[in-house]
Amino acid sequence: MSVLVFAENWDGSFKKSTYEAVSYASSLAAKVGGSATAVVIGNVSDTNALGKYGATKALQFDGDNMNHQGIASILAQAAQATGAKYIVFNGTWKAKGAAPRLAVKLNASIATEVVELPSSTTPFNVKKKVFSGKAFAHVEMAGDVKIIVLSTNAYGVHENAVSIAVEKGSGAATEKDVSLQHVEYQKTAGKINLTEAELVVSAGRGMKDPGNWGMVEALAETLGAATACSKPVADIGWRPHHEHVGQTGIAVAPNLYIAIGISGAIQHLAGISSSKKIVVINTDPEAPFFKAADYGIVGDALQVIPKLTEAIKKLKG
Amino acid sequence: MKILVCISSVPDTTTKITFADGNTKFNTAGVQYVINPYDEFGLSRAMQLKEKMGGTVTTVTVGRADTEPVIRKALAIGADDSVRIDADPVDSFQVASEIAAYAKDKAFDLIITGRESIDYNGGAVPGMLAELLGINSVSPCVKLEIEGNIATMQTMIDGGKEVVKSNLPVVAAAQKGMVDESELRIPNMRGIMAARTKPLAVVPGSASGNTAAKTFDLPAPKAACKMISADNVEELVHLLHTEAKVI
Ligand SMILES: Cc1cc2nc3c(=O)[nH]c(=O)nc-3n(C[C@H](O)[C@H](O)[C@H](O)COP(=O)(O)OP(=O)(O)OC[C@H]3O[C@@H](n4cnc5c(N)ncnc54)[C@H](O)[C@@H]3O)c2cc1C
Ligand SMILES: Nc1ncnc2c1ncn2[C@@H]1O[C@H](COP(=O)(O)O)[C@@H](O)[C@H]1O
Repeated sequence: MSVLVFAENWDGSFKKSTYEAVSYASSLAAKVGGSATAVVIGNVSDTNALGKYGATKALQFDGDNMNHQGIASILAQAAQATGAKYIVFNGTWKAKGAAPRLAVKLNASIATEVVELPSSTTPFNVKKKVFSGKAFAHVEMAGDVKIIVLSTNAYGVHENAVSIAVEKGSGAATEKDVSLQHVEYQKTAGKINLTEAELVVSAGRGMKDPGNWGMVEALAETLGAATACSKPVADIGWRPHHEHVGQTGIAVAPNLYIAIGISGAIQHLAGISSSKKIVVINTDPEAPFFKAADYGIVGDALQVIPKLTEAIKKLKG
Repeated sequence: MKILVCISSVPDTTTKITFADGNTKFNTAGVQYVINPYDEFGLSRAMQLKEKMGGTVTTVTVGRADTEPVIRKALAIGADDSVRIDADPVDSFQVASEIAAYAKDKAFDLIITGRESIDYNGGAVPGMLAELLGINSVSPCVKLEIEGNIATMQTMIDGGKEVVKSNLPVVAAAQKGMVDESELRIPNMRGIMAARTKPLAVVPGSASGNTAAKTFDLPAPKAACKMISADNVEELVHLLHTEAKVI
């Protein structure tokens, strides 16, 4: 039984979230007794890299920077051609946009924000995040075809090298599929992508002044971390909105989340509860964030951050 | 402009989440329900568009009578009329099917949803609805401008934003940015009075879903936080390196 996986690429290269989806798909294939076939749309230089995570086959389709509809259309054709019963997506914006459309095309059931392999396959039962990560639901999926959209960084990347056959897929998006016109990209150049980041340094109103962010950025740079912030800080324009983490912002799932001068309101915690380790730095020992933290320092951020940066520099030699 | 705004009624963002009946049901005792925050951004944008271009704003909710206070709030904010499709929402596919069946022959120029509902976090209704109606969708949509028959929208991509254009009708899934927080509409007394007599039609639901949440659980409780002196950040770095192994 073939498991299809959408192997998203960005201007011709894969990212961690792609490998995560392929890792999941190959483990799922092993569970249901089949193999994982990756669907690649657009020109990618190193499709073979997908074999490292367990894809035994890759189907290559034309179409650069395809929109949600086009992706759904191509995947529907690939699913029909391969008779796939399971289709796996990573948790990126594009995948989250395409997967529901595909579910309708294939009359498939869909679960999003999935964090683990199915606990049983008959009936098919997966665990997903609900209430913005404040809880999990065990969802039973009916239907002949099932679509799984992963929660970024929950399952992780697992190497499982196999030999991969790359073939040209047959089929293409129709004119109607691509009637949503691309106008332009506004990329945030050079920055580490927050939703995929393994290390995140985040700061809130406790920083007192936007002028104090230099030390936050220096800490992030020393660590190789992405920067983030609480909502009020974005609202008052100290930081750009795309950095705002939480219930109404974006959700992150790093290995380490360092929260500086953030009180730890429930709406903020909703965006970071999947972090593996949390460090909190706050002047107030009663700040609610300490309850969610693994390590805490009670102290003035403006004093602590530069020292922390120095200590990390020392560690890294 | 004929605008449809999909509104889901969700627990207030400060709700402490617990489950009942052997972890098979969300415990609704004492829970305050609100308009899904993303839908609120969408509704506020719909009001701005109506004021600029004329037209009507209709809201649709799939839910039982207990969702009516939230629907009345949408009417108080300024929607002209509302429809409640009388069914328990079970999953995104059922909700999208109900809304599609309702909207199919109503010639809406624009359908606005939220980018996800903050309770079950499906994020799937907008794409499904658009696919069922055979139209374009943009999710998440952080800017929405209409000129003539063309919608210009900004969406998020990983690593930035993309501007796209579509003919109407289109489904736009609101994310903060479609309006700023300061532009969110708050019902005033006149709105609340007017909402009492605005039309709220109840129609029967008939669609079924294909997924079912069987049980729920909460994340395992955290071990106590290890406190480290502010004068000893080296200790923190040491622990992060050797104990947590994250740096
Ligand atoms: C519907 C809704 C949705 C929301 N969504 C979000 C969301 O997505 N994300 C989000 O973040 N918030 C969200 N909020 C807001 C949230 O409730 C909090 O108001 C917000 O997270 C607080 O931000 P903050 O911690 O930066 O600021 P504050 O609450 O002002 O906290 C500042 C903290 O800094 C500490 N501090 C002060 N000085 C220093 C210093 N020198 N050194 C170290 N620490 C210091 C203080 O002790 C305090 O704990 C939402 C609210 C609502 C109602
Ligand atoms: N029961 C519902 N009634 C009306 N609209 C809904 C309902 N559930 C979800 N929606 C709409 O679909 C969006 C995405 O929801 P979801 O796919 O459930 O995350 C929400 O922001 C709403 O606009």
